[in-house]
Amino acid sequence: MRLFDLRLIIAFLFGLYGVVLVVVGLGFTSDDDLKKAEGVNINLWAGIAMVVLAAVFAAWATLRPQFAKTATTTGDDLGKQG
Amino acid sequence: MSVLAEADLRLDAGPIDYALLVIYFVVVLGIGVMARRSVSSSLDFLLSGRSLPAWVTGLAFISANLGALELMGMTANGAQYGMATVHYYWIGAIPAMVFLGLVMMPFYYGSKVRSVPEFMLRRFGKPAHLVNAISFAVAQVLIAGINLFALAVIIDALLGWPLPVSIVVAAMVVLAYTALGGLSAAIYNEVLQFFVIVAALAPLTIVGLIKVGGWQGLVQKVTDQEQLSAWPATELTGINSPVWSVVGLVFGLGFVLSFGYWTTNFAEVQRAMSAKSMSAAKRTPIIGAYPKALIPAIIIIPGIIAAVIVPEMAQLKAGDTSSGVVYNNVLPLLMRDLLPNGILGIAITGLLASFMAGVAANVSSFNTVFTYDLWQDYIKKDRPDEYYLRVGRLATVGACVLAIGTAFIAAALGGSNIMDYIQALFSFFNAPLFATFIVGMFWKRMTPTAGWVGLLAGTFTAMFIYAISEPSFGIKWLELPGQGASFLGAGLAFVVDVVVSVAVSLVTRPKPDSELVGLVYSLTPKADRSHSTTGEDAGWYRSPALLGGGVLALTTVLYVIFG
Repeated sequence: MRLFDLRLIIAFLFGLYGVVLVVVGLGFTSDDDLKKAEGVNINLWAGIAMVVLAAVFAAWATLRPQFAKTATTTGDDLGKQG
Repeated sequence: MSVLAEADLRLDAGPIDYALLVIYFVVVLGIGVMARRSVSSSLDFLLSGRSLPAWVTGLAFISANLGALELMGMTANGAQYGMATVHYYWIGAIPAMVFLGLVMMPFYYGSKVRSVPEFMLRRFGKPAHLVNAISFAVAQVLIAGINLFALAVIIDALLGWPLPVSIVVAAMVVLAYTALGGLSAAIYNEVLQFFVIVAALAPLTIVGLIKVGGWQGLVQKVTDQEQLSAWPATELTGINSPVWSVVGLVFGLGFVLSFGYWTTNFAEVQRAMSAKSMSAAKRTPIIGAYPKALIPAIIIIPGIIAAVIVPEMAQLKAGDTSSGVVYNNVLPLLMRDLLPNGILGIAITGLLASFMAGVAANVSSFNTVFTYDLWQDYIKKDRPDEYYLRVGRLATVGACVLAIGTAFIAAALGGSNIMDYIQALFSFFNAPLFATFIVGMFWKRMTPTAGWVGLLAGTFTAMFIYAISEPSFGIKWLELPGQGASFLGAGLAFVVDVVVSVAVSLVTRPKPDSELVGLVYSLTPKADRSHSTTGEDAGWYRSPALLGGGVLALTTVLYVIFG
């Protein structure tokens, strides 16, 4: 059983989402959009939060590479129980 | 939920929103493909090879429950009943999750059973096992269908796809990643979904709160001030007397219903069984309890906000139903009114992800019970493991096809009513199951006969209470609106199950002690129940008891501040 590291997938997805939202928030936010969210540039702020989340997961995965238990399943586990 | 389509809920989704949605689905399918490479045995496929770290299984544990019914239902409850909805989380989940981790997990994980029904088999023998395995398998296929239907309704409402197309497309996506990667793929996606849901609901809550003028503004604008306090929740329980309402909440919801659900529902327990060690298995539900205690902030508060700022919702609350909006529409309405394109795409993704993960949890627990508990135990024994891996994959395909069928049945029968009935139906099984488990785990004298007789007696009791209290049946010996009837039914079912189990045990023959080692408290050496505290299980912050005490304390503080 060798599983890939879920933390990197989380970092990838939210890194991508975060960058897209920051770009939308900075470059493509109309006054209507701002009015809808009570003057808050919610895309920008949510985007920044997602980039931070992605960075935290990426850092964690880099500093502590060990993720799932890599030992193969034992014969004992495979046998029929009961 | 059939009314959903009539109200104007169509969201103004743009290309950027669709792009974010597509990215998510590519990642989800990618996880399925990548997880496939790690599957080499049936245990890998059906239980992730018992290799996952506790934070992953812990988040998956609550995500598996954070599906369509939960998300739509609890925001709706927030709008309708206000703060009383927190009971579903703080009394109705946290204590049971801590109990599962500290008291029951040592037996589930320590006995190396691969499913909850398998525990039943080893403790009580075949009749009880068969009752449990079949009722669970049938229930999961039905719930999967209902989740699928709810998902299709929301896709139809938000994006305008026809119902049959959404049902089939959604089922195919779930099928693709669960058939490829098995439980690992389902769990990975549940963890991902958890973060997407938070990313969708947190901005919604924050913008909503700013709009009403912060917490103080919300408190001032809520017209019915009673809805700002959680106790005694008479509206929620339907019990007029405040004292009995609290008793109903604490015993009915807090004890019987919630312990029954969280400790015996294999779709949940399976997540903990896939953890890499006894310590991680014990910590799974307890780690899940922390976000579970805090998540009402972004589920219930948006509901309360919606009742204040969404015009249609405020009308509905004042008794005017002319807009066609129902309480279940809270989330789409808030998204429509508050979120600009971009974050709107994340919110749509979060909703769809959560609904899909609900279906995947049903499917991935169904295929395990089908493969190990029905096929291997009763149909084809003693085949090589590759054979059962293949059966597991085929069972996944079968479950998705059946779920498409049950989704169309749910669609034909028309939405929300059928959903309520089936929820009631499943509450019949959980409370007695919990009674049987708890007596069986702590009293070695309980006999195999008592196992299945008690279970049936409890289930029939719950059905009887339902039959005499459900208005549409016309018997009406008992009138309890709200949740009162199911609290009472579950409570009585629990008591009857315990009494019958004890009575039957006294006149039938128990299993010999030697067959109950690892299954009953008094016959299990302490070493078998405890977890290792070295290596990756070391450190005081990984102590299950400490973490469990911490979340109980957190919940108490939350009750003091917001109750």
